[in-house]
Formats: sequence, structure tokens, C-alpha cells
Amino acid sequence: MNPLTYEKATSSTDALERHDGDAAKFLGAGTNLVDLMREGIATPTRLIDVTGLAQSIEEQSDGGLRIGAGVSNTAVAEDATVRAQYPALSRAILAGASAQIRNMATVGGNILQRTRCSYFYDVAGSRCNKRSPGEGCDAIGGFNRAHGILGVSDSCIATHPSDMAVALSLYDAVINVESDEGTRSIPINDFYVLPEDTPDIENQLNPGELIVSVDLPAPSANRRATYRKVRDRASYAFALVSVAGSLIIKDGLVVDAGISLGGVAPKPWRAIEAEAAIVGSPPTEETFRNAAQIALADATTQPGNVFKTELAQRVIVAVLQDLAGDAQ
Amino acid sequence: MTIEINNRPYDLPDDARISLLDFMRERLEFFGSKKGCNQGACGACTVLVDGERILSCLALAAQYDGRSVTTIEGVANGDELHPLQALFVEHEGMQCGYCTPGQIMSGIALKSELERGAPSNVSSDLTVAPRLSRDEIKERLSGNLCRCGAHNGIIDAVAAYVGGEEQ
Repeated sequence: MNPLTYEKATSSTDALERHDGDAAKFLGAGTNLVDLMREGIATPTRLIDVTGLAQSIEEQSDGGLRIGAGVSNTAVAEDATVRAQYPALSRAILAGASAQIRNMATVGGNILQRTRCSYFYDVAGSRCNKRSPGEGCDAIGGFNRAHGILGVSDSCIATHPSDMAVALSLYDAVINVESDEGTRSIPINDFYVLPEDTPDIENQLNPGELIVSVDLPAPSANRRATYRKVRDRASYAFALVSVAGSLIIKDGLVVDAGISLGGVAPKPWRAIEAEAAIVGSPPTEETFRNAAQIALADATTQPGNVFKTELAQRVIVAVLQDLAGDAQ
Repeated sequence: MTIEINNRPYDLPDDARISLLDFMRERLEFFGSKKGCNQGACGACTVLVDGERILSCLALAAQYDGRSVTTIEGVANGDELHPLQALFVEHEGMQCGYCTPGQIMSGIALKSELERGAPSNVSSDLTVAPRLSRDEIKERLSGNLCRCGAHNGIIDAVAAYVGGEEQ
């Protein structure tokens, strides 16, 4: 049995001082880490509880919103400003997990949750390059209905499971982190790194760095946004495909468009080229179909997830049509 | 390090590994909360912490120092059933009964979530309090699975609890 100690940090500075190397781990609500420890995937010997920290949601002088890393998913989804100004974020969180888990889970923990690839969790029975670098990937050639089609590699086709992060990607959120060396801010769209041949490295966070908050830029006037999630059952399941979308329409033309995809990639997948193809065009089905094709042009599928390319295109079109319809 | 469970204080375990669920069941013999999947997928271990529902299987007991937990053992008033317990009997919201404690704890929390105007995934307008409907109740109970398939009776019981008998 591995030794394990638990301590509760009183501040972010205190948490950073307590973090003394690879054997230490910051602990949020544990909704993923407890599972990872039980399965022998995460093997910390020192847990530093940061759930009591960074509990506020504060409007910023620039009109943006700062959400503490320790705020529960429920509190973010229910926040009046989030519901009114960042509805895709509220919807994305409400589409994820269950009320019980959302009550526990923190913003920081949600961002850092690991993939739900079943081969990743099957320590005894499956090869996984993310869990044991260089071992091989049994998802490729295996049961890969849930796996990724964009940004994947020959060594890993796992997806990032978060709904919340897809909406944060749409809103160009910035993740603020602290370490012994000071603070830095990382746009969420740069935060996650693609697997290539090192799928064990998932993001830019260095050992001992702590996420302390997430900043949402000031909301844009007349921007409509929403989140739609498609899954194997109506609720309480991870996404097969999800889309966070936004539009600003002025004088019959789209002046701003946002598309971020979940369930299809190792990170929230911002479809920048597809967005650019919409801007300046009328908000028609044809415009959106063209953009959806651009968004999925580089898809590489497995036999089990080949359906995701067309499904993602259809959900993109449906989301944008809904937003365009609402605007009229 | 103490935790309150059903209004009585208990010393928390020294072992950081023990979940709130295992602590309650194996050390304190509160057997009401069930260990279904032990990985956050079934909801059978649902309890209230300071009035909010959580999954006790994914909670490390050590993290709940100073908090107040309510389990199914704590909802009745002596021999008098909690109103939602009585409605589960009336609407036959169970078959084998294994998921029932979690369902009832979820139902109790669900009512207060609705009363504070919390939106859900099926709420059409995020800016107003959600309108009570069967779809709202189904969505809000989706974190509690029933392998007997007693969901219709469960939803009937919770609907009666949150909306009055006419629901």
C-alpha cells in the first residue's frame, strides 16, 4: 500500500509552499483524481487540498469576469452574470456530469480532468501511450466510438472530456496560474497541447503550478451563443460531439462567428478557419454547411468513430442555424 | 478533525484514502448510502453535505472536516417517514430498493435547487427560473440510475414532492 498524506492549503501561497515535488498533487474535489488513484493511474503520496481557495466570481474593471479556480461547477452555471452574458458556458456546464458531481467539481479540476478513454483506465488489460509512454495504443484498432478525429496522432486518439472547457474556448478564456516563480496567464486555446508522440503531456502547466482563476473577456454586444451536446443517452453521458457556437449578425451579414468542438479532439477544438469562412456572409444554411465542411476537413477517423465527421458537421449547422434564427 | 453526520459529531479517519462513503458504511455502520459503482456513475451513494447533494464515493472523508452530512438515515422524524419517503411508497418508486436512498437524497436536494431557481440542461431560458415540468425532473434525476427500471414511479414520487399531489 502506498503512503498518502492529506493537508488543506490555507492560501495559494501556502499551497505552492507545500508542493514539494512530483509525489505531491493539488486536490480539487477529487471527482476525477480519486478515481485515477483507485485505478493506480495517479500515484501521489501527498495531497494538498485547494478546494477552499479562490471561491469568488468577480466582474473586472474591463467588463470581463474572473472566476476563481475553486468555484464549483454548479456555482458558475448558476451565476446570474454567466447565465446572462456567457450562456454557452452555463449551458456547457449543465450538459456535463450530474448535479451531484457539478456540486463537487471545481473549475480548476474540470480544466485538468483526464480523458475518459476506457483503455487509459484499464491498467491491467490495455496498452496506453498516455498512461505508459511508448507502450502502444489499444484504442487504435479497438472499440473507438468515443474517440477523437481531429488533432489525434498515431500514438493517441483520446479526447478531452470537458464540456465546460469547450465553452471557455469559445469565449477565449485565459487561465491564470501561480508558481514559485510568479504568475502567468495562458489563453485556454493555447493551454492544451496535442498528443503527437508524447500523449502523456496534455497541457502547458509545469509541475507545481497551480491554476488560480479563469478570466472571461468582456462580452461582445449582440453576440448570441449556445452549447449543444450529442451523446448516447439524453443525460449524464460524455459527448460524442458537442458544439459551442456564437454569432453576431449585423445588417443581414455575419460579422463575428465562433465555433468550438468537444468530444472530437484531445482539446477543445476551435475551428478558426471555419469561423473565418462565415464572417462577411449571410447567415444561411449554405454558409454554415460550407463552414462545417472546413471545420472537419482534416478529420482522421477510426472504424468506430467514422460517424463523427458528419455528426459534427450537422451539429455545427444546427447550432448556427438556431443562433441565426434567434437573431431574426 | 470532526464531521457531523445526521446531527451527531464523529472523528474523521486518519487514513487520507478513505472515501466518505466507506467511512460511513464501514466505520460508522451507516449502511443506507449504497456502494453501487464506486466511480461516480450511478448515484447510489448520494448524500447531502450542508444541504447540497454530492457523491460520497468520490469524496475523500478528510476533505469534509467541519461539514454536516445528511444520509437517508437522517431524513425521517422518528417513526414518521420524510414526505418524499412516503411518496416513494405511494408511487412505488422502487423495485429492489438498492438505488432508493440515493434517489431520495437527490429528490430532496432537487426541490431546494428548483426553489432557488437553478437552471438545468433542459431549461429553455437561462435568465429566468425554470418552469417545473416532468422533463426538468427527469433531467435533474439523471445522475441516479435504477437498474430495475422503476424510473417512472420515482419521477412520479419526486414530481408529487416538488409540485404537490396534482403534478
